[in-house]
Amino acid sequence: MSKKNNAIEMEDVVVKFVGDSGDGMQLVGTLFSETVGIDGNDLANFPDYPAEIRAPHNTVAGVSGFQVHFGSKEINNFGDLCDVIVAMNPASLKANKKWAKKGTILIIDSDTFDQKAFERAGCTANPLEDGSLKDYIIVKAPITTKVKEILAPLGLDIKTMERTRNMFTLGMVLYIFNRTFNTTFDYLDKKFAKKPQMIEANKMVIKAGFDYASSHESIDKTITVKPASLEKGKYTTVTGNIATAWGLLAASERSGRPFFLGSYPITPATEILMELARHKSLGAKVFQAEDEIAGICSAIGASYAGAMACTTTSGPGLSLKSEAIGLAVITELPLIIVNVMRGGPSTGLPTKSEQSDLYQALFGRNGEAPLIVMAATSCTDCFYASYEIAKLSMEHMTPAILLTDGNIGQGSQLFKLPDVKKLAPIKPPIAEANDPDYKPFNRDPKTLVRKWAIPGTEGLRHRVGGLEKEDGIGNVSMDPQNHQKMVDLRAAKVEKIADFIPEQTVFGDEDADLLVISWGGTLGAVRTAVQELQKQGNKVAHTHFRYIMPLPKNTEAILKKYKKIVVAELNSGQFVNYLRMKFPRYPMLQCNKVQGLPFFVSDLLPTFTKILKEK
Amino acid sequence: MIEYNNTTVERSRIPLTKQDFVSDQMVKWCPGCGDHAILSAVSNVFPKIGYKKENFMFVSGIGCSSRIPYYLNTYGFHGIHGRAAAISTGIKITNPHLSVWMATGDGDSMAIGGNHFIHIIRRNMDINIILFNNQIYGLTKGQYSPTTNMGQITKTSPQGTIEHPFNCGELVLGAQGTFFARGVDTNPKMMTEIMFEAARHDGTSIVEILQNCIIYNDKVHALITAKETKDNYQLHLKNGEPMKFGANMEKGIRLNKRRLEVVEIGKNDITENDLLVHDQYAGDPGIHLMIAKMAPPVYPVALGVIRSAMYPTYDDLVEEQIKQAKENSKIKCVNDVMAASGVFEIK
Ligand code: SF4
Repeated sequence: MSKKNNAIEMEDVVVKFVGDSGDGMQLVGTLFSETVGIDGNDLANFPDYPAEIRAPHNTVAGVSGFQVHFGSKEINNFGDLCDVIVAMNPASLKANKKWAKKGTILIIDSDTFDQKAFERAGCTANPLEDGSLKDYIIVKAPITTKVKEILAPLGLDIKTMERTRNMFTLGMVLYIFNRTFNTTFDYLDKKFAKKPQMIEANKMVIKAGFDYASSHESIDKTITVKPASLEKGKYTTVTGNIATAWGLLAASERSGRPFFLGSYPITPATEILMELARHKSLGAKVFQAEDEIAGICSAIGASYAGAMACTTTSGPGLSLKSEAIGLAVITELPLIIVNVMRGGPSTGLPTKSEQSDLYQALFGRNGEAPLIVMAATSCTDCFYASYEIAKLSMEHMTPAILLTDGNIGQGSQLFKLPDVKKLAPIKPPIAEANDPDYKPFNRDPKTLVRKWAIPGTEGLRHRVGGLEKEDGIGNVSMDPQNHQKMVDLRAAKVEKIADFIPEQTVFGDEDADLLVISWGGTLGAVRTAVQELQKQGNKVAHTHFRYIMPLPKNTEAILKKYKKIVVAELNSGQFVNYLRMKFPRYPMLQCNKVQGLPFFVSDLLPTFTKILKEK
Repeated sequence: MIEYNNTTVERSRIPLTKQDFVSDQMVKWCPGCGDHAILSAVSNVFPKIGYKKENFMFVSGIGCSSRIPYYLNTYGFHGIHGRAAAISTGIKITNPHLSVWMATGDGDSMAIGGNHFIHIIRRNMDINIILFNNQIYGLTKGQYSPTTNMGQITKTSPQGTIEHPFNCGELVLGAQGTFFARGVDTNPKMMTEIMFEAARHDGTSIVEILQNCIIYNDKVHALITAKETKDNYQLHLKNGEPMKFGANMEKGIRLNKRRLEVVEIGKNDITENDLLVHDQYAGDPGIHLMIAKMAPPVYPVALGVIRSAMYPTYDDLVEEQIKQAKENSKIKCVNDVMAASGVFEIK
């Protein structure tokens, strides 16, 4: 009997590969995701790293994972509970069992389940025998033994052979999802072009895993996920951090301003710095500074000198940059600060994500120091959001903070390649040489924007700095009235940017019983929850914020329409309090989670349902 | 080995004068402060250097010294406390064709900005840094600084400081400085000369000026600068010449085994030939360090250019890497970057 007769179809599935840090889970996850992407599924991936580089072998602290959510419909989140979990050792099973649901297929390397490993994982008994997994479909496979058997003819050393265990599981998963291995093999051919022996070994193991799964007694069905109806075009998978780097480079290209990045490595933002450092052929100047403060200060210098200047960081780094951000505010220079938020306070949860730096972005400076704050909504939106914030920052001569987070920064999605030449043009207000009327703080009467006078230009010598300046002429001024005026002008300049951003849109009915508000990287999960509720027949609307400071002009008009409003965010209520401060008339409920984890649709549904039912 | 080409600063087509660099702002330092003489030396040396006036950029941090950009008619940036070195770094990397100058003080660069100070030096950014060393915090009204003498009573050390002071030269050379010069605010001619040499040097040039804060640390350098004592406590270095000092140039510095020693010419059979000959261009900083550390009462203070060694600059190397990448890479625009990232097509 062919098992393929017993094939079921699903709209979307979640597969998670978990193992020890050295087990190659990121590689196998990426390979699987590439395969389904090329096969036409929409997808979102989420890596789950330990905070340590190589935590003790086989312990829970050392578990590394890679989750692939793919489907035949649009995939806008990383998925909640898993349909398939591949666990390479007891520790990874222990750490990830919580992501399994009834009927989840658990693929386990049974060779690793010995007494020593249980102890290291902190298990009291063999989880395969103590009945704790009875709700799941357990697929025990002696993977370590198998790969050694298969690869024996190649004469490889034991370590190299064991390193292909991940590929065996890939073969098994490909079988379960009814895939051929053509796509995977093509990808391997390209990826390991310089190591033909690795390609051969990996292919042998993948095939063996596939065959093994096809005859495994516990695997009694296969799952088909049809291709999604993706727009035609060229795609790649991109993490939010890489997309951010590309968006920034694109903005430099389109504005004609040379690119400068001054940054200091910090998890989970470092990939932006690393990606940008690769692109010297575009003329991008990337400076790894001695600390966070030097990162931003070098960027401020670069901005004064005429570059599109950026600094990238995460929460603790943003704290260190606070004073310098004020300097960029008072000198009215463009500056793009990217904060890939992580769990805080202090060192907090470096590899986990939160939205808890909003207060810091909005208010974390001395003095009256308004600036642009935007929040990217997904991995791929990081590209567009970083492009747009760079445009706003340069055209409005003001520093700007882009908030992304560890989830979207390190997670990845399918990205349809845009044509940079077709993105909105960027026109910074560069002062012309020998302009007789040039004064450092003369302003465009409509936008209140001052001109960018670049050192080296004839006839524009001038001084700026951290001391308060007289409007127009720009001399140091301690005059009370002038200070009031400058404070007001800097605030009004930022507020006026609301005229240059799109209006806030609402998903769902105008007369819905509940308006759900969210912002930043939680778009996918919150939208999916709202859609779910709508399907169940509830009248729920959703508005998701990307522009935080200034807010879109119609924000109040939207709030006005709904009797019940709930703000869902991954902190204790920072955006909701900001909205309450701006619009005190509208009562707002909260839905918060601060666990270093993304929102799951399963967290949101009960909360929203309860609010809907309350009188 | 990466080759490097010197990025150059465009020269002025017309001769410039001091007036070209004087700003219309009122100078607000205390009357009698050494800063006035330093400002005057800077505005004297800029026209001599000969660059186009728009190509001078003056950056500063916080403190009395750091007001200088307002008093000069150049492009200027008055930064925040301790961060001028980082700001200058961004400016120079962005536009290596600017002549970037920086004013700072002992507190600004050796306390709050210490990290940036050592790293700008280590990288050998082509920036000229004038460090006003008055061994006190002036602008905040008289607290001890990292160069205040041990035991000195100040507003925050009523029983005397219990900190070992930095010697600026030692710190600079420890951070692999390629250029270090020292001057005093009482000798305008020498200040101008060493600033000129600093401008000519490719790399981070540190010019320490022993400056008198007449209000909070008056006469701190008096032993070195006072008429009666200066001949015995100032050693004016000249490259290629023996190190001599004293009212009649009767004294000198000799290397005795591994130590420097003050000797009198003519005594104990010592002749000029026994004296140490200054080699500011030596790659090895060993002797430079010994000279920089000389201090009264045993030694005179070394003034002039102590070290001026040739090493590639950071900004040149950046330009070189970009040039090579542009020549060798097929990636010319952001569309190319994205297209090279494992793209597949949905038809
Ligand atoms: S306080 Fe001292 S250093 Fe500052 S201006 Fe007055 S005399 Fe000069």
